Amino acid sequence: MKENPFSLWVNLSQSPLLWLTVTLTIYAITDSVSVATRRHPLANPVLHAIWIIAIFLVLTGTPYTVYFSGAQFVQFLLGPATVALAVPLYDNRKLVTTAILPMLVALLAGSITAVMSVILLTRAAGLPDEVILSLAPKSVTAAVAMGISETLHADPSLTAVAVILTGIMGAIVVTPLMNRSGITDFRARGFAAGIAAHGIGTARAFQVDEIAGVFAGLGMSLNALVTSFLTPLAVTALMR
Amino acid sequence: MIAGLAAILLSQLIGELVVRGLSLPLPGPVLGLVLLLVVLLARDRFVMIARGPLADEGVEAVSRGLLKHLSLLFVPAGVGVVQKLDVLAAHGIAIVLILLVSVTVTLLATVLTFRLISRLMRL
Repeated sequence: MKENPFSLWVNLSQSPLLWLTVTLTIYAITDSVSVATRRHPLANPVLHAIWIIAIFLVLTGTPYTVYFSGAQFVQFLLGPATVALAVPLYDNRKLVTTAILPMLVALLAGSITAVMSVILLTRAAGLPDEVILSLAPKSVTAAVAMGISETLHADPSLTAVAVILTGIMGAIVVTPLMNRSGITDFRARGFAAGIAAHGIGTARAFQVDEIAGVFAGLGMSLNALVTSFLTPLAVTALMR
Repeated sequence: MIAGLAAILLSQLIGELVVRGLSLPLPGPVLGLVLLLVVLLARDRFVMIARGPLADEGVEAVSRGLLKHLSLLFVPAGVGVVQKLDVLAAHGIAIVLILLVSVTVTLLATVLTFRLISRLMRL
């Protein structure tokens, strides 16, 4: 019996294969555009892949959970990719050991600024408490931020969106901001990208410079650690 | 390549086990990163560890492959924005502006502190 096109779509749209294919294909296209523009900050491949796929889901009425059944295979690789940061770190170990002190002080300055600034600004703007709490851990990598959000009884899925938005904006802003501020030290530039914009900032740093990428990976990992402790403290201090 | 991937997954698995077992407040993959780094450093000291994926650049090859496409891995979480369109319709502009200011201030605070301390160290 021959299936009609509609029932074919109904079956296919529920299958992980379609959504994994869509994710990889759209990203392959946005990434090649990014390469073609010599990695222009505004051609950020994550940003453009996200809105194109999001529009596709809305137009086809596909729920996120169905999309995620295929996309989860991509997301799964975030863990192994974090472990893989050990390799560039190992390759540049001499350079890293000479910069331990500046890194640790900058880590404190950066993670405190990230959490405090977002809490103070959201409060000043009069946003609801749930939004404030969900945005507080936005500078750390998604899995950790969502864990923090849960312990604060906020909304982890809103946190995930804030994390990705922060990462994308950080990745877009970092290169022009650093160039305009006249900062040529790629260790410092990368480290700041990792602290402020986690993995997306790190991915951007690796595109610009290998040393920047190594320091970004360090910033991201160290910030995950500090922010887990810092956010609950900052929330109790600033929200009463 | 498979042995290299297995070594990375093994590091992550041990990291997750330790983090959950001791209920540490850090992500399992970060501990896995530390573990893999220790193993790579130990390989240079003790020749007997340098086997399989640790001897033939297997771990290095897989790691570089994964990191080359790090941005792809954030796409699925980002598409989650479709679940939050109601919150964004209500507070979207404020949220985007606040996150933009916050990320810019954080970048500057971090980079300037880093530069200040490394300059002080050279004095």
